Amino acid sequence: MTEYETVVGLEVHCELSTATKLFCGCRNAFGEAPNTNICPVCLGLPGSLPVINRRAVELALRIGAALNCKPQRSIFHRKNYFYPDMPKDYQISQYDEPINVDGFLELPDGSRVGIERAHMEEDTGKTTHVGGGGRIHEASHSLVDYNRAGVPLVEIVSRPDIRSSVQARAYVDELRAILVATGASDGRMEEGSLRVDANVSVRPAGASEYGTRCEVKNLNSLRSLEHAIDYEVARQIELIESGQKVAQETRHWDEADGSTHALRSKEEANDYRYFPEPDLTPLVPDAHLLAAAAEGVGPMPAQRRRRLAELVSANAELATRRDGSTDQVVTVVDLGLDDLVVGAVTAGADPRLALARAANEAAANPDAAKKLDPAAFAALCRMESSGQLSATQSKEVLAELMSHGGDPGQIASRLGYEAMDQAALEKTVGDVITSNPEEWQRYCGGDEKVVQFLLGQVMRASKGRANGKLVAAAFAARRDA
Amino acid sequence: MTASRAPEFGSLVEIAASVRSGERSARAVLAQSLERVRDLEGDLHCFNEVTVEAAEADADAVDGMVRSGLDPGPLAGVPVALKDNLCTVGIATTCSSKILAGWLPPYDATVVSRLRRAGAVPIGKTNLDEFAMGSSTENSAFGPTRNPWDITRVPGGSSGGSAAAVASGMVPLSFGSDTGGSIRQPAALCGIVGVKPTYGVVSRYGLIAFASSLDQIGPFATTVADAALGLEVVAGHDPMDSTSLERPAPSLLASLGDGVSGLRIGIVDDFLSDVSPECGAAVIAAAEALAAAGAEVDRVRIPELLLGLPAYYLIAPAEASSNLSRYDGVRYGLRVDGPDAETMNARTRGEGFGPEVKRRIMIGTYALSAGYYDAYYGQAQKARTIVIRAFEAAYQNFDVLLTPTTPSVAFPFGSKVDDPIEMYLCDLCSIPSSLAGHPAASVPFALSPEGLPVGVQVLAPALGEVEMMRVAASLEQAAPPGVRGPVTP
Repeated sequence: MTEYETVVGLEVHCELSTATKLFCGCRNAFGEAPNTNICPVCLGLPGSLPVINRRAVELALRIGAALNCKPQRSIFHRKNYFYPDMPKDYQISQYDEPINVDGFLELPDGSRVGIERAHMEEDTGKTTHVGGGGRIHEASHSLVDYNRAGVPLVEIVSRPDIRSSVQARAYVDELRAILVATGASDGRMEEGSLRVDANVSVRPAGASEYGTRCEVKNLNSLRSLEHAIDYEVARQIELIESGQKVAQETRHWDEADGSTHALRSKEEANDYRYFPEPDLTPLVPDAHLLAAAAEGVGPMPAQRRRRLAELVSANAELATRRDGSTDQVVTVVDLGLDDLVVGAVTAGADPRLALARAANEAAANPDAAKKLDPAAFAALCRMESSGQLSATQSKEVLAELMSHGGDPGQIASRLGYEAMDQAALEKTVGDVITSNPEEWQRYCGGDEKVVQFLLGQVMRASKGRANGKLVAAAFAARRDA
Repeated sequence: MTASRAPEFGSLVEIAASVRSGERSARAVLAQSLERVRDLEGDLHCFNEVTVEAAEADADAVDGMVRSGLDPGPLAGVPVALKDNLCTVGIATTCSSKILAGWLPPYDATVVSRLRRAGAVPIGKTNLDEFAMGSSTENSAFGPTRNPWDITRVPGGSSGGSAAAVASGMVPLSFGSDTGGSIRQPAALCGIVGVKPTYGVVSRYGLIAFASSLDQIGPFATTVADAALGLEVVAGHDPMDSTSLERPAPSLLASLGDGVSGLRIGIVDDFLSDVSPECGAAVIAAAEALAAAGAEVDRVRIPELLLGLPAYYLIAPAEASSNLSRYDGVRYGLRVDGPDAETMNARTRGEGFGPEVKRRIMIGTYALSAGYYDAYYGQAQKARTIVIRAFEAAYQNFDVLLTPTTPSVAFPFGSKVDDPIEMYLCDLCSIPSSLAGHPAASVPFALSPEGLPVGVQVLAPALGEVEMMRVAASLEQAAPPGVRGPVTP
């Protein structure tokens, strides 16, 4: 049987989080009463004209930079088609001269997906079909809300470099992290701030030509993206295997029945009659614009992962290896806790310990963790490393630190986690040996496993205050003495 | 059928001076205007709507300012007529189309608010060819406007109502829009001055678009000085129009009397063989007059300009097909119901648009479609570039160029309306400067044997308004008496 390779390219529409719309001064806000954020321009009233929002241009350039694109002189085109929620019955978009071209996105596993372009365009209004269960053909009438009309979008078009549904999901996940990191978008898929269409095709493994692709729409979550690609790949392979051809068409993902349905074929597709928008002048990314776009952009997630991995292992290769610490690095960067770890290490914390505490305990409550003082977190890590606190105690202190703040040393003493001084520890160890002579003999005779029992006795006697590592060392010292 | 001289208002400067000084009230000037409208509107049909109450309120406001010691501005009390494709808040703006009948814009065009701020008193909305597509006003959904020189003839178009209103003495100043000649051609046919400024000098905000890369607003007046003042008031950068040039309004009035001595003026030979004898003769006579006034006059051949007409009749319809998409029955204007949105849309447009508008939407849609774009729209854009280059080369040697404005004088109703190509040829001489975005003005310079006015067109390179208007003023001085309005039909 032929083996098939999945080929996916993604088109992601991202709403920019500007204060106002792309071509007018109306507020860019989600979830307000219908048709309240509108004016002659975004309603496309006769005689009105668009004026570009400079902030949107800056954010578009910022997204381009984060995706390693080249900025270039760009123009707007009109994409002509009739639809009631499109006020002018054409969409102002960018066509063959987009603002950003030729970039790439690096995934946490080190693979790269090419970015063909990231261009600007305006959003449409929103139609609601009333009656007939919301389906257009059975609806008694439709309502249109133009609040969204004219909201700035950046459409990010990947190259067909994605080879699985899992990688597609990772791509969108990473892209979302980047968009949030740039401050260009809130990245909320459920509110439609991020909308994904997938171009899916299959080809025999090793083939150099692409197969015929289908564009899948209505992917409202990462889960539906993954499922829709899996479904579509299986459908296309089945067609080919049964001697049929895949038709180039647009397909709609139906979440309820878990399948895709043909919307329109290539032949029925709209002829958008693109032509240069005469109401707008070319956008030239001059030094001023590029500087404004660069302002306030921190390092992107891939760079932050690398920085953290280097810090932890002094070995950048770790960053691309899927082991425990790589997962911790990904988690910490995803949650935005990397600055906390870096800060703590700078303040003297053990890198691996700081990373582990951040990825596990701090990650349980990332909002609180982000407010942690790196110096306090470092102090806690140092107490644990030095044996002043046991791992269990350290986690308790960290939880307290996150919920109420304060000084880790004071929290530890308040919780009664005073480390036993060496004399008290020696005394408890001696007591345990005296009351468990049989086990002690076995230990001295080379039974290493019995140390766990002895250690447990010390812990019980000390009510958990003893540091396990130091106790084990004390037993070993007495045996070897 | 012959027209007689009409009473004049006096120059705009004189009207404004008398109103500012309190010597004459804006209300009195308005009364003179409205009386003239009452006398002639039945014969001429210049207006889609005369807004008497709004005009009286505006005039009273001007008079109130004068009484309070405030200056209403350089057009204090000047009655002005506005082409009905300029948005006016709360006053129907229809483009002489059924699809927009009764539409009340929620905002004023920038030009309209600048006129009000200068103290002008808008008296109504003038008739035009539907959506400014035409050269005779016969394409108006509300009936044609008649030429005050001969009411059996067209006033030209598309700004025929604005031209006829000035030519008949109803108002001393009006505004139109010019996409391929829609100000200059009716100005020529009505014996008045019409100016299309450099693209970007006047804001298009609130001008209902026909072809966005070509549309420009400009004034009509009986004299060059009045047209110059009208243009000065409305020109200048507007942040609401991205294509508006970032420069102040040109100062034109001050240099109108500077003469033409030393200016290099080229007579464009290429059009002379394609126009009627009187239109060609007027250009030659104008050139002689300018030479006599001290200009260096020479003939020049620019055959590339003849590419303008076919290029224009692809580019303008292409843009129009997109600009007019929004009239879909969903948000405003006419709606003809249907079982679904698509049918409602098709029925609305089918009933709402007239035949010429539909013809241009179809031509433009075709020119932009996949597979035809390169051959039509793409090719037309190349021709446009060739026209621009040819002008650039010519302006190496000349400061201004002279051509006929139109191929003929005003023609009788119905004589061209059934032959679109014949009608399109009316724009032959005016289109090239539209494609280039250059300024152009038409000045009345002769009368035809049947007593109809003949215009001469003065062309200048981008932002050459000052030289262009100096030449226009010089021509006005040299013109024989009786060639210009206002006239009484």
